[in-house]
Amino acid sequence: MRLSRLSRTVLASLTGVILAVMYLPLAVVFVNSFSTSQSLTWPPPGFTLEWWGRAFRSAGALEAILTSVQIALAATAISLVLGTLISLALQRYRFFGRDAVSLLVILPIALPGIITGIALNNAFRTILGVQLSILTVIVAHATFCIVTVFNNVIARLRRLGTSLEEASADLGAGAWTTFRLVTFPQLRSALLAGGLLAFALSFDEIIVTTFTAGAGVTTLPIFILNNLFRPNQAPVVSVIAVVLVLGSIIPIYFAQRIAGADGMRSRGTER
Amino acid sequence: MSPRWTGERTGRTPAIRLRGLTKTFGSVNAVDNLDLDIAEGEFFSMLGPSGSGKTTVLRVIAGFEQPTAGTVVLRGQDVTAKAPFDRDVNTVFQDYALFPHMSVIENIAYGLRVRGVAKAERLARAQEALEVVQLRGFAQRKPSELSGGQRQRVALARATVVRPKVLLLDEPLGALDLKLREQMQVELKELQRSLGITFIFVTHDQEEALTLSDRIAVFNAGKVVQLGTPTEIYERPSSPFVAAFVGTSNIFEDALARAVLGRGGTNSVRPERISLHSAPTGESTISAAGTIAEVIYIGTATRIIVDLDVGKRITVLEHNATASVESRASVSDRRGERVHAEWPPEAIVALDSDSAATLGDAAPAPQGPVGHGASIAPATASKIP
Repeated sequence: MRLSRLSRTVLASLTGVILAVMYLPLAVVFVNSFSTSQSLTWPPPGFTLEWWGRAFRSAGALEAILTSVQIALAATAISLVLGTLISLALQRYRFFGRDAVSLLVILPIALPGIITGIALNNAFRTILGVQLSILTVIVAHATFCIVTVFNNVIARLRRLGTSLEEASADLGAGAWTTFRLVTFPQLRSALLAGGLLAFALSFDEIIVTTFTAGAGVTTLPIFILNNLFRPNQAPVVSVIAVVLVLGSIIPIYFAQRIAGADGMRSRGTER
Repeated sequence: MSPRWTGERTGRTPAIRLRGLTKTFGSVNAVDNLDLDIAEGEFFSMLGPSGSGKTTVLRVIAGFEQPTAGTVVLRGQDVTAKAPFDRDVNTVFQDYALFPHMSVIENIAYGLRVRGVAKAERLARAQEALEVVQLRGFAQRKPSELSGGQRQRVALARATVVRPKVLLLDEPLGALDLKLREQMQVELKELQRSLGITFIFVTHDQEEALTLSDRIAVFNAGKVVQLGTPTEIYERPSSPFVAAFVGTSNIFEDALARAVLGRGGTNSVRPERISLHSAPTGESTISAAGTIAEVIYIGTATRIIVDLDVGKRITVLEHNATASVESRASVSDRRGERVHAEWPPEAIVALDSDSAATLGDAAPAPQGPVGHGASIAPATASKIP
């Protein structure tokens, strides 16, 4: 469809404005991490690498990064295993309550984080009698990280159809051999894309984390929140924020590339 | 009749025996109480329109579908409850279903690999199979780097390298263009002869079924409506459905049959058995006057549509090699021409419109045509002036 010059100009400017609203604040954070001002004033009075140096010498910040990475990796690993299993069950078998299970698996991504957080907090402490720790955060993150893996894998399984698996069974392979030699290689890129998204989702999560983290468990977002309003810490927080943004964006970038390379167009399958 | 399946008559165990096979999807009977014996070494075709149940039967034999009722017996062994990987049958899929992440040689060796055959041996055997299907030199290619015909051959090699007792082929030539399909038909037939295993071939292409098969089962609405050799199916269709589905038929019913053919019931005449003449020849034939409505030149033959005076439109096929010069003279000029359509009485096939019910006994009769069609003796046929 051809657009008139006017409509093209209008649409382009609108797009520009919207993208600016979304990304200029991020750019400000990025610039502030190099600013000589301590109180996030604008425009930055000068350029310095001091905050970056300080951030990387800050034991609290480094520990927070490590904690976040650990949680994200563990939650992703759980999601990959459980998400793949539930996708296989829902896509390849017919059973009572299949549609209900399908909905229940996707739901956590739509639930408000604060509800999930309070509910899990309650369940962990009062019902299960479990001490809040890093493990409870991992379990809590896994509840919604499963969704990204599930969505990617089930879309792939649907597209794949059953004929390759039937061919494998026909040639004498049992269920496990078929999965190992035929299904899994076909799922690999979907798993990678889903896993990267799960990692990014966990890495920047804060609400559920606040309710499920044990004492002394400080993830990167929580570290930022705790330090944001402390005097003299603002530029360091900017540095951490940039790290956090990169830690979230890079996996998503690769997940997109993988999905794109597979010719998967459905944006809806990612979150 | 082919001697390949005479084993059945001497009481040998059939390669496949289906008894009371029923498969229901929701409220639809995809396969309806089917009994069928397929002999060892037979090239057996299941022919029918889409949705007639032929592919479902194939999938039940392969083990991909569990029948709602009935049994599948493979060489005397009941395999109804067995998983696909526990059955000595292999399938060539309609879409080939080659593993896209494996090379051609890995695809072919797959069945041997999962059976635990040592690497050196399985590669050697896969290479051998690759040569049988004339794809030497393609071993390291990926399926995506092959043409449709080559994929077809890889699928054949993959399914036959494990030496199954029965090979199931689900419309394997459907995706190929005409030239390639004709070539693959010849290759399939040769492969089946050299391997000596039973082929069960599903197709909706009647010509393909006629060309390849020792026997054909014609499916309609989940039932076998006729079972017989290609000649029997084509020359003696048992029902209007078979007459119309396999080739083209001119069907005369009741009053019309009485008027033109001198007998009641439903009757069929093949277009190529009818000849057109400018005047009645007076030989012992049936003759009906009419007007040419349309002439369609199709290369080897000419298809002529004639409106008979009795109010019936018929199709006539004139082979261009044998047609008289007179009739070929000018194709387009012949519209509106008055002609006498004539055919010998033995060209008339009486159709049993209720034949499906009597075809439960799937095994071929010991002698004579299986079909219910019987030719009308010349004496009983009266001529129409």
